[in-house]
Amino acid sequence: MTLEREIAGVAEVDSRHSKVLIIGSGPAGYTAAVYAARAALAPTLVEGPQPGGQLTITTDVENWPGDASVLGPDLMARMGEQVRQAGVDVVGDVIVKVDLGRAPFLAIGDGGVHYTADTIVIATGASARWLGLGSETEFRGRGVSACATCDGFFYRGRICAVVGGGNTAVEEALYLTNFAEKVYLIHRRDTLRADRTNQARLHANPRIEMVWNAEVAEVLGNSAGVTGVALRDTRDGAVSQLAVHGLFVAIGHDPATALFQGQLHMDEEGYILVTPGSTATSVPGVFAAGDVQDKQFRQAVTSAGMGCMAALEAERYLAGHNSHAIAADDADTGLTV
Amino acid sequence: MRNANEQDLDEIVMNSDKPVLVDFWAPWCAPCKALAPTLDEIAEEYAEEMEIVKVDIETNPGLAERFEVRGIPLLMIVKDGAETARTFGTLSRSRLDAFVDAHVGAE
Repeated sequence: MTLEREIAGVAEVDSRHSKVLIIGSGPAGYTAAVYAARAALAPTLVEGPQPGGQLTITTDVENWPGDASVLGPDLMARMGEQVRQAGVDVVGDVIVKVDLGRAPFLAIGDGGVHYTADTIVIATGASARWLGLGSETEFRGRGVSACATCDGFFYRGRICAVVGGGNTAVEEALYLTNFAEKVYLIHRRDTLRADRTNQARLHANPRIEMVWNAEVAEVLGNSAGVTGVALRDTRDGAVSQLAVHGLFVAIGHDPATALFQGQLHMDEEGYILVTPGSTATSVPGVFAAGDVQDKQFRQAVTSAGMGCMAALEAERYLAGHNSHAIAADDADTGLTV
Repeated sequence: MRNANEQDLDEIVMNSDKPVLVDFWAPWCAPCKALAPTLDEIAEEYAEEMEIVKVDIETNPGLAERFEVRGIPLLMIVKDGAETARTFGTLSRSRLDAFVDAHVGAE
């Protein structure tokens, strides 16, 4: 390690303060950052574990206003560029701990940096839900994946399986038929949630075989990676095995809110509760935008809208506090109006 | 940062007097693209401690097979010609630093 890095390492332990701390770098976080920067609030944005968010693992986005078709990663790169040009302090860190019960609020990065802030915009989004099996974690990147567009290539001429019953699962299965000789779609019920268009495409594809009423009990493999899955019948519990080289998990998303558990009001699924028509959470000065509080729409454009709301509400909150402070000063000098 | 292929990867790895970080990527891999700027940053800052080479697995499928790559982005650290660590998936700057510091550190 060079001396420069050692010095930087020491400096990093210090805390840094901002008026607005934005956690997350999807459309909600980036939009909040642009608005806060333009309001001269000099925000800090901590990118989180997946800079650019969920759109960085998608392909074509065809419903972002102004772009008939744009690649998700390109759109997010452009937003990131806009945020930097606006003068936002963008930090490549992951927040691992927060304390919302003190003023200023405190957030700690996984390298130990202490971020203090007068307001926080939570835009941590949602992340792919996993089955929760130890064997699944063990084989991540060695046959278990949540991104067919990333990893489909490795299954040319092979057999793989997708778990799930929604649009994402069907789209992943369809995409994988570009490479794989055969794709099993494993679903725990006997009907799919996917829309009609996707179901029609699915049933017309001879390379896809449905495995109904089954759940993945275990991922099987050896030192080279996945070799199969153990299935359990959801009706009678009967166990069987399926030989596959790859398993793509597409069973939905969970809000990334573990960090705030017990500090903010949430619903039973872990979505942060906000005042209707607002992004205000149960803690004054803390705002939530995007998929972290929205289980209904979950679109890039709605997330961006909420990011804008959060920044404007943070600005108003800060202004309110300053005017209280000024009013108090005035009272001290007898200059009340 | 340089590109390596099926012909020259072994030579690069064997001849390097520093640990080598191999970045397995592909043009159609969005998370790989997202990770690229972070790799550019550390390539500069860790220039004295290690070398970074990129392997496009689309044009070098033999290397993907040889290293049993089944998911990307995949970062692999090679010391004295032998793999010592690998990590799969996108990483923040702080986590990438932690991975490199843990496996590249002093002799």
